[in-house]
Amino acid sequence: MTKPILEMRGISKSYPGVAALTAVDLVVERGEVHGLMGENGAGKSTLIKVLAGAIKPDVGTIAYDGESFPYLDPRHALKLGIGVIYQEFNLVGYLSIAENIALGQEETFGPFLKSRQMVAKTGELLRSLGIDLDPRMPVRELTVAYQQMVEIAKAVSRNVKLLVMDEPTAPLSGREADTLFALIARLKAKGISIIYISHRLEEIFALTDRITVIRDGRFVMTTPTRLTDRKSLVSAMVGRALNETYPDGKHATRRKVLEVCNLSSDDVDDISFHLFEGEILGIGGLVGAGRTELVRAIFGADQVRSGAIAIDGVGCAIASPLDAIRQGIGLIPEDRKQQGLLLNMSVKENVTLASMNRFLRFRLVHETRERSVVSKYIEQLRIKTPKMEQRVKVLSGGNQQKVVLAKWLETNAKILIFDEPTRGIDVGAKHEIYELMRELTRQGISILMISSDMPELLGMADRILVMSRGRIVGELATPATQDQVMELAAS
Amino acid sequence: MSSFRSVASRFGMALILLLLVVYFSTMSEAFLTQQNLTNILRQVAMLGIAAVGMTLVILTGGIDLSVGSTLALTGVVAALGMTYLDIGIIPSIVLGLLTGVAVGLVNGLAVTALRIPPLIATLAMLTAARGVCFILTGGLPIFGFPSGFAVIGRGMVGIVPVPVIIMVVMMAIGWILLNHTKYGRYLYAIGGNQEAARLSGVPVGRYLIISYVIAGFFSAVAGIILLSRLNTGQPNTATGFEMDVITAVVLGGISIAGGEGRFTGVIFGVLLIGVLSNGMTLLNVQEYYQLVIKGAVLFFAVALDQYNLRMNEVSRGRVVHETESKAAVLKPMPGE
Repeated sequence: MTKPILEMRGISKSYPGVAALTAVDLVVERGEVHGLMGENGAGKSTLIKVLAGAIKPDVGTIAYDGESFPYLDPRHALKLGIGVIYQEFNLVGYLSIAENIALGQEETFGPFLKSRQMVAKTGELLRSLGIDLDPRMPVRELTVAYQQMVEIAKAVSRNVKLLVMDEPTAPLSGREADTLFALIARLKAKGISIIYISHRLEEIFALTDRITVIRDGRFVMTTPTRLTDRKSLVSAMVGRALNETYPDGKHATRRKVLEVCNLSSDDVDDISFHLFEGEILGIGGLVGAGRTELVRAIFGADQVRSGAIAIDGVGCAIASPLDAIRQGIGLIPEDRKQQGLLLNMSVKENVTLASMNRFLRFRLVHETRERSVVSKYIEQLRIKTPKMEQRVKVLSGGNQQKVVLAKWLETNAKILIFDEPTRGIDVGAKHEIYELMRELTRQGISILMISSDMPELLGMADRILVMSRGRIVGELATPATQDQVMELAAS
Repeated sequence: MSSFRSVASRFGMALILLLLVVYFSTMSEAFLTQQNLTNILRQVAMLGIAAVGMTLVILTGGIDLSVGSTLALTGVVAALGMTYLDIGIIPSIVLGLLTGVAVGLVNGLAVTALRIPPLIATLAMLTAARGVCFILTGGLPIFGFPSGFAVIGRGMVGIVPVPVIIMVVMMAIGWILLNHTKYGRYLYAIGGNQEAARLSGVPVGRYLIISYVIAGFFSAVAGIILLSRLNTGQPNTATGFEMDVITAVVLGGISIAGGEGRFTGVIFGVLLIGVLSNGMTLLNVQEYYQLVIKGAVLFFAVALDQYNLRMNEVSRGRVVHETESKAAVLKPMPGE
């Protein structure tokens, strides 16, 4: 048997007061796809940073391709053929694909670039990877999925032997992900070893040969993929058995709180539906079907071309988010960090931002009232934060989501729109969000929920609308099946 | 080391200021006298007032380059009010202040309604407003103001110069605005992330306009003081003044990218510039060298700030781990 390409042994790294990694092992065989799993904050990124040379471990050895090192630095790691595809790409938008791939190692004739040669070489590389793109295209014109492929091609052009992919499917649609998987298969066939980080269990089972799980900075296990299953993997990650069921209880009445009639915008076409009080109305569909655009239009974030919206049976004009908030609507956006939160502001300031007027006395902010309200939410929603002045940037995904939720609860929103409520939130915290959603509907709040997570959509929604190409193509009563949703979504 | 670092990052500017004061007072006996300290404050009064407005604008992620021109235009308009129009001191001052407000309003509308980047919009205003100054005056100084007007720039209340009193009032207003009003909260939100602020119901456009208007008003206040101090209305005063103001604000730790920084820092930034110029003059440092030193101070102050920021990011990185791993451990167990 050949020696593994990578053997990280007993890697430890601690910062004053915190052990980020404690004696973690990671062994990757040649040519395998190795899943690296763990909850947010488990230490996956720290481990990857050690491998990429960004962080120097306190203890441990890194054996790579037969050589052993106490640590690596970034240049060295690159030279050894270790590549990392981060979630943010390192591409220059205005340069072409070929120029991006050659960046930093351009071949020149005197001061001149050998452009034609560069393009030809890139074309060859792309073809060998099965990527159908013109090397002369500027990167900014590519979709995220194609940009990611360019990033991968760039790594391959640098003779990468071990490629780390950090949640590569997070920004991709289902079909794009399939293309990526095909590319991964080709890389594997080229003998490139891959460390694949993902939260999505389906992918891990479909793609990987072996899996390593870490939890709280400690090594839990490495196992061949075929010898494990969802349940044991999840419990290894979370450290306890976790039920993957959804909380029960339907609280919908027959009172319509929201009616949308023939709504059209640049992205959605002739949308009509209604939402009952206390209901969770799911919106399913493929990425790009216009779901986010629909809720943004309802919320006044994007312009509406025609159509009408009625709340509690009364027609109303919503031209801006402020109008929507006044009508009792709240939007918990998909992109929590860019749209839901002010990352550099505190928990307190984020919670009260949308309802500042309630905290004014003589036009000044009444701090005592503000603090008491915020501490009430921290307690009720069980937001884990050392203090309410903490910048939300440092909270975990689940806690950040609760801060966004608290913001809308304080506006007395009666209709909450959740766009991908548990995106980027780890397994344990997901369940808490589900419980909260149920509790809110019990209190008479109505929820519109977009979800690409099929079990979540089927498990949480009272009814499901399915969208495709900017239109509603069907309505399903639950219990529905995944096939029913997919059939409509793909229409 | 880390405790030194946290002290240095929180009180960095105050610390440098203190060191400068100690240095100058050992080098020159004239420095630490009541007379000289009063002088310093008088010298920074206009800077301090204009810095309040600039702070608001920079916090939104914008910038106002038209400060110097606005200052001059305000002075010219008020001067014409007292001479050509002959409407008396108070109405002339009001007219001047309204001019500043109008300039700010145009800036604000250009940035919001026309979506011109603030740097360009206010650069255009810098040029145009200066032109208006020359047109209104025909390029000549205006004088012959009613007696009594000079009090604003030259008067004293006890031992305190009137401009200093005005500066303190303006800074107090700025501090309250930023730290204790809805407006202040929204300003940080807009500067931090406009889209997130908008989706939280913040009327972004309105607050941007308000910020430029307030900045125009503060520049106008400084303009009136300058007019009174010179006792002539001149079309070519305060050229390049915007750069001093931006320097003070940035020294004060307001991030040029917006959304970050405390108002108290700006007070230190303003004082730092005042102490530095005054001290160097007392030590007979030549004007030309003073410019180089001021430039160097800005350079290193911001470099220090960036360094601290990076260090904070690193130590915040630690906090991330702490809270996240704790969250993972303490997470309430569903189904229990």
